[in-house]
Amino acid sequence: MQLSERHREYWRRNLRVTLVLLAVWFTVTFVPVFFARELNEWSFLGWPLAFYMGAQGSLIVYVLIIGYYARVMNRFDREYGVNEDV
Amino acid sequence: MPQRQSAFYRQLKKMYAWYAGGFALFVVLLSLAEGMGMSSRWIGYVFMFATIALYAGIGVMSRTADVSEYYVAGRRVPAMFNGMATGADWMSAASFIGLAGTLYFGGYQGLAFVMGWTGGYCLVALLLAPYLRKFGEFTIPDFLGARYGGNAARMIGVFATILASFTYVVAQIYGVGLITSRFVGLEFEVGVFVGLAGILVCSFLGGMRAVTWTQVAQYIILIVAYLLPVVILSTKLTGVPVPQAVYGGVLQKLTTTEQTLFSSPREVEVNAMYKARAEAFDEKIKGLPASLEAERAALTVRLDELKQENASAKDISSAEKALKYMPRDEADARKRWTEARAAAIAKSAPPLPHTAAHAGRDEAESSRKRLNFIALVICLMIGTASLPHILMRYYTTPSVKEARESVFWSLFFIFLLYVTAPAYAVFAKFEIYTNLVGSTISTLPGWVASWGKVGLVKIEDINGDGILQLAELTLNTDVIVLATPEIAGLPYVISGLVAAGGLAAALSTADGLLLTIANAMSHDVYYKVIDPNASTQRRLVISKALLLVVALVAAYTASLKPDNILFMVGLAFSIASSAFFPALVCGVFWKRANKAGAVSGMVAGLGMCLYYASLTHPFFGGSIANAWLGIEPISCGFFGIPFGFVVLVIVSLLTPAPDTATQELIEHLRYPRLPHDRIDPPPARNPGP
Repeated sequence: MQLSERHREYWRRNLRVTLVLLAVWFTVTFVPVFFARELNEWSFLGWPLAFYMGAQGSLIVYVLIIGYYARVMNRFDREYGVNEDV
Repeated sequence: MPQRQSAFYRQLKKMYAWYAGGFALFVVLLSLAEGMGMSSRWIGYVFMFATIALYAGIGVMSRTADVSEYYVAGRRVPAMFNGMATGADWMSAASFIGLAGTLYFGGYQGLAFVMGWTGGYCLVALLLAPYLRKFGEFTIPDFLGARYGGNAARMIGVFATILASFTYVVAQIYGVGLITSRFVGLEFEVGVFVGLAGILVCSFLGGMRAVTWTQVAQYIILIVAYLLPVVILSTKLTGVPVPQAVYGGVLQKLTTTEQTLFSSPREVEVNAMYKARAEAFDEKIKGLPASLEAERAALTVRLDELKQENASAKDISSAEKALKYMPRDEADARKRWTEARAAAIAKSAPPLPHTAAHAGRDEAESSRKRLNFIALVICLMIGTASLPHILMRYYTTPSVKEARESVFWSLFFIFLLYVTAPAYAVFAKFEIYTNLVGSTISTLPGWVASWGKVGLVKIEDINGDGILQLAELTLNTDVIVLATPEIAGLPYVISGLVAAGGLAAALSTADGLLLTIANAMSHDVYYKVIDPNASTQRRLVISKALLLVVALVAAYTASLKPDNILFMVGLAFSIASSAFFPALVCGVFWKRANKAGAVSGMVAGLGMCLYYASLTHPFFGGSIANAWLGIEPISCGFFGIPFGFVVLVIVSLLTPAPDTATQELIEHLRYPRLPHDRIDPPPARNPGP
């Protein structure tokens, strides 16, 4: 079938959100690991920073990334009329 | 239909609230019974049989003969419940029992598992789950078959599914055998088959539907069992019942303790004695085979002397034992002495500080450790986003919207365990370093002896001072979670609860995996390839028969106690990621990806991954000396994934683009609803669970 311009815009915005969130995911995963020795010089609430990120900080960001994606995409669905519950 | 779904949701919440309350009451009653003198053996029995009977009951109640119910639980599982089921499906015996121990020994380096096993869900959420739900068939090979046309991609998908899932399921059944043999005192082999019965009653009668509702029940037990002991331990140590928030302070104290402990004179003395022992074994290995004969002769002489001197019976019998258990031949001696040398070397220096990141003797070793950490994280994350038994769960939600929300709930429920595991390790380490180490060996707490009996704790007073030094204590990784209730001084009923939690973790993962394997064979091989005209009834009969066969083969394999089980599980992640990830992601995001590209990309990725593992792991006759960039064999996906991507892209570009039907399928996947979408079949009549 032929997709409308609205449909294409929906997909472009989806791609943009996906890419931004992947960049956040990449940053909170690999930056603290790569610079772990340097970051461990800093302390966060008693934890050395790199240890904190690996044990807790990055994990919290992962949960937020997925929650944010679900919210934003469910809103896009309605905005562009591709939501299922009609 | 939405009203029916929300009534169903309310009903589910009510049922599981009652269930959780009932379970709490059950634990309270058991602890009262313990107070009145119920033996720990019986507590173990009651916990094991009551929980298995419960899972079986849910399985029987959810029996079904409907194809959609059997394969995808009727696609009616609300986001939150699918999240719990995914959590139980995901967290295996290794996560529940092994992870805290891995973190205890590995410190910072162990966090690769914590990050890898959670961060992968970002990839599931952003790249796969909503699109697979829109696709809305039954299995992962289904997707490959539809997107890339023909049977080639589907069959490679089936092969990789079975390869990745089978080793994994063997490890779960092995875990069931361990838990039942340790807590209930059954024979390992008997325990394996008891656990198998528990797995089968769930998946056999009701397929995905029964497995889903059992997994929700199992999640509740496993998370309570994991959190309760460490919450109590945290309250004891810090006065705050939120271990995840306060263990930073304990970690600081632990770091100070480590500094004084590692440099204390007695510890240094013991390290030096182990170093001497390692050198002695080194000499003996170099002197083979003459050294073996010399040792045998020396022991014989010593035994004769003892007998002539009329030495005590104890001395004589220990000398006889030493002679009896001498290595049989040169190969045996080499193997055993090399192991003994490695054990002594490990104790010849203090362990690394808990928070030390990528610590090595020199810069090269440090950066190799860092690269391996990164490679492992990549393989675990991408493997998470490729394991069929996890991806399959997102077929079961009512809509794309709920699939997205469901990944959020999945990670949230998984997060609760993974964020607690490092706290477990730190609390246990602090207790052991401050209270256990330095006390007299004759007055050690009871758990040391009771876990010593099953070989998980070993103590050797090498310097003979009657006081326990850190290096004189050998702990198995599993003991950290299993013994924490006793370390915290809790009644045995909590230990029983932990065992029930471990059992739930192993059974739920095994359920999901068995179903995945059986479905790949019955749906993808039998129905889609061999006999597309098979009746519904016949398909389900075939599926159930295969389930039984796979379960028996897996249990038999587990009962042989294969050596390299942990390595094989790690390998499953690399295998799944190399075979599936490029084809799945390009299938959604790159319209130009075609059949030739996907098939060759999957074969190339999988082939590279297996080639690298065989090159570097002794299990396949390889050696780590062959490694590229020093990457460990467990992370072989580090090469397999990019290679799979490159081959997929190049071959796709060299061959014609996919036809319009395929292009339309891709567009169909990308939008939760398009005007021409076909409507999903209405949900079945009888609501579960």
